[in-house]
Amino acid sequence: MVKALAAPRLVALFVGGWLLLNFPLLGLWDVHANVGGMPVFAAAIFVLWALLIAVLAWHMERVPPDAPAPEDQGSE
Amino acid sequence: MISPALVIGSSFAYLLLLFAIATYGDRRASQGRSLIANSWTYALSLCVYCTAWTYFGSVGRAASGGVWFLPIYLGPTLAMVLGWLVIRKMIRIARTYRITSIADFIGSRYGKSPLLAGLVTLIAVVGIVPYIALQLKAISAGYALLTSPAGQALNEPLSWHQDSTFYVALALAGFTMMFGARHLDSTKRHEGMVAAIAFESVVKLVAFLAVGVFVVYGLFNGLGDIFARAAAKPELQKLVRLEQGSRFAWTQWFALTLLSMLSVLFLPRQFQVMVVENVQESHLRRAVWVFPLYLLAINLLVLPIALGGLLFFEGSAMNPETFVLSLPLAAGQHALALFVFIGGLSAATGMVIVETIAVSTMVSNELVMPALLRTRRFRAGGGLDISRRLLIIRRAAILLVLVLGYAYFHIAGEAYALVSIGLISFAAVAQFAPAVLGGLYWKGGTRAGALAGLLAGFAMWAYTLMLPSIAKSGWMDTDFLAQGLFGLALLKPEQLLGLQGLDSLTHALFWSLLVNVGAYVGVALWRAPSGQEASQALLFVDVFRRTGTSSPVFWRGRATVPDLLALCERFLGAQRARLILETYARERGARQIEDLRPDAQLVSFVEHQLGGAVGSASARVLVASVAEEETLTPADVLRILDEASQVRAHSRELEDKSRSLERATQELRQANEQLKSLDRLKDDFVSSVTHELRTPLTSIRALAELMRDDADMPVAQRQQFMGIIAGETERLSRLVNQVLDMAKIESGHAEWHNTDVDMPALLKQAVATTAELFKERGAQLHLHLPASGPQVMPRLRTDPDRLMQVMLNLLSNAAKFVPRGGAVQVRLRHDAQGVSVQVQDNGPGVPEAQQALIFEKFRQGGDALNRPQGTGLGLPISRHIIAHLGGRLWLDASSAAGACFQFDLPWKPPQGLPFLPATSSEAPA
Repeated sequence: MVKALAAPRLVALFVGGWLLLNFPLLGLWDVHANVGGMPVFAAAIFVLWALLIAVLAWHMERVPPDAPAPEDQGSE
Repeated sequence: MISPALVIGSSFAYLLLLFAIATYGDRRASQGRSLIANSWTYALSLCVYCTAWTYFGSVGRAASGGVWFLPIYLGPTLAMVLGWLVIRKMIRIARTYRITSIADFIGSRYGKSPLLAGLVTLIAVVGIVPYIALQLKAISAGYALLTSPAGQALNEPLSWHQDSTFYVALALAGFTMMFGARHLDSTKRHEGMVAAIAFESVVKLVAFLAVGVFVVYGLFNGLGDIFARAAAKPELQKLVRLEQGSRFAWTQWFALTLLSMLSVLFLPRQFQVMVVENVQESHLRRAVWVFPLYLLAINLLVLPIALGGLLFFEGSAMNPETFVLSLPLAAGQHALALFVFIGGLSAATGMVIVETIAVSTMVSNELVMPALLRTRRFRAGGGLDISRRLLIIRRAAILLVLVLGYAYFHIAGEAYALVSIGLISFAAVAQFAPAVLGGLYWKGGTRAGALAGLLAGFAMWAYTLMLPSIAKSGWMDTDFLAQGLFGLALLKPEQLLGLQGLDSLTHALFWSLLVNVGAYVGVALWRAPSGQEASQALLFVDVFRRTGTSSPVFWRGRATVPDLLALCERFLGAQRARLILETYARERGARQIEDLRPDAQLVSFVEHQLGGAVGSASARVLVASVAEEETLTPADVLRILDEASQVRAHSRELEDKSRSLERATQELRQANEQLKSLDRLKDDFVSSVTHELRTPLTSIRALAELMRDDADMPVAQRQQFMGIIAGETERLSRLVNQVLDMAKIESGHAEWHNTDVDMPALLKQAVATTAELFKERGAQLHLHLPASGPQVMPRLRTDPDRLMQVMLNLLSNAAKFVPRGGAVQVRLRHDAQGVSVQVQDNGPGVPEAQQALIFEKFRQGGDALNRPQGTGLGLPISRHIIAHLGGRLWLDASSAAGACFQFDLPWKPPQGLPFLPATSSEAPA
């Protein structure tokens, strides 16, 4: 993993997640319809949530979990 | 209904199982084969976030508000996205400075302030005890539901000694004392406890999913069925919509997300499992996504269960919070209902155990210890070993916290204050956020700022959230809610300063965080930090830049080794204290403890060790009692503040220097190589020169000896010999002159006189000078000047004497090699860049093998037999001269017949041309 990019990427993911799961973007899903038996709005929250976790997992697991923790880049 | 004996029996069997797991975990830990040293266990232990409030309350919330149960779990997910940055820093700090709790963390960060740590503890107790009560209530309500006949109103609360919840609380206290206060050192991990908590996380998830699957597929025909049936009923239909019939409260959604995000970081139990119990930082890498995934899984079926329950119990007044129990019970699935109850029990007990450990550690370390340390008797102690007493204090604190929780539950009962306590607790804990986050990233944060922020935030929380909830419970006159304090409308707790349009939680969160951050930043900016604060700020904010354990940034004072040893013995136990200090002494190279020097390192080490037992603030008080500290001057403070930036600047400088050093080394190596090859060249040169000198000298000497020995030599022969000697001498002096010339040019000492030179005139003169030579050889010499005539050609800025030398060299060279009756052509051309001169003969030319060599010193053209007279320095000197004048001289190999030498010269010689040794490698292509 490109060490210097790890922190900014996480921050970007956080900002993206925050925007997607809050006003006003979340309001886009308030559609009166069902998808696979589920109301679109409830389904959308869970799908967005799962996507956020998936991206986070992919990002974190690219380095073997038992590798020594990379030292802080002093970026904070 | 299920028989009470079965429920109580299973509950206590489950608790026994927890004891067994914890015992096993502790045993494995003592064998060095830790159960919890993997990222999965760590991730599961973080799921202690999901309490009975999640387990029962989410469905209740969903039944009344649709998706509104979700922000409480979206916030932690977002917090975990930043977990690798924020939590890892907290872990590193806690590990490095032996932090025992969130109160210790805040107190330690702001100059190891006991006052601050105590305040944080108080806030935590006030905020958390009702939360513990809520868990006990969940157990109690679940028990009542299982054991009372269906549809019958729940039993009246029993008196405490008849209440099984009380015994559950006692059992939990026992568990917590056994596995949570086992070691004196509270920074030591509670491996058994963590293993049990991870196990509980699995139980509650499986149980919840089980009841979810039962409701969706057992009672209904899948998700589609539930949602379709719900859609048919308008009052259920709106639950799955965003607005739910009114305007969606985005501010509340935002506030809940933020609140839960802060809570997951700063709840004492989360701090305990996430930071204090962390085995390895890298475990966080997996936990940051497994924990949110767990939250997603446990919430996946909440909405279906809520809708299913509302559909199933339509018309009856069943409490939605108990749907997970009442649905299987009503369907006659008693075993499932019991399993779900055990799941709820695990959610509640997990929270109670960890929260109690965390809060009791704070209470004993940050409240009881500092109070005890104030009493002179305790401090004097009479040499008593206090370590045993410390454990007793901690265990008493555990019991106290649990009894407080039970008492609150018993008194509050069904009151509003208990039902809404989850979010109220969260809001209390959120008050830690400015002090902790500011402390992690802002060196300017001060103790006074943190105190002001916490006090202001806590007061605002109490006034706008806690008091109204108490009033709504009917324990207080509600007048001040409706009218405002003292009848002032501006002071209405839920509409402070007339702020409207927010729900009470968002309103309280906004005001409390506003005054909290405002006071924290404002006060911190107002007064500079003290030395101790600045030092701690540096240790915390720059924790990743520091290596090794905490080296004291700053300490000035006096202490004695016996005093420090005595202190350790009293608080850590005599045996352990000696062991620790002896190890330390060996590391420092001292033979025994008494040989140690009582320097800053030792004092800091002792404080460090004590900190693990009594918390850093108390440890500081203890150490200060035996170590006299000197006060800091403003200059010291400035120095400490500057240290970090200076260190950074220095390291950057160092980096630059080492880089330039590397460059210099590289250059030196190259220069050295060049010098070596030059040295070799010089050796070659010297041996060539001596060789060239010896040849004429030998013949001079031989002839002179002949004439000396033969007195009767005929005059004619003598004349001939004398002629040869004169010729050889002339050759010798020419050679010496050329060697000197060469040396001068090569060393850069030659004198150059540049003037404007008329090239055609110079060539004409050179041709005229050498005309005699060619006549002797019987050869012809032709000069070709540019057709446009000499008057248009600009003057060339160069050294005419040197240039003439080159021309004479080239021409005499040509004269030597031109065959009898041959012809030599001299051509002059010019263009924008400069002039070019060509000297071409129609002789044998230069064999290819020799083309590269003829510009080397003492290499002459032709083979050894017919080699004409010459020194072998002419061409090398010529090439040097041309190079010095900014041009180049080469042998044009493309020429068809004979040798063709050519040189180019620019109109003006370059300024400051460096000396370039003419080696064979520079032979032009």
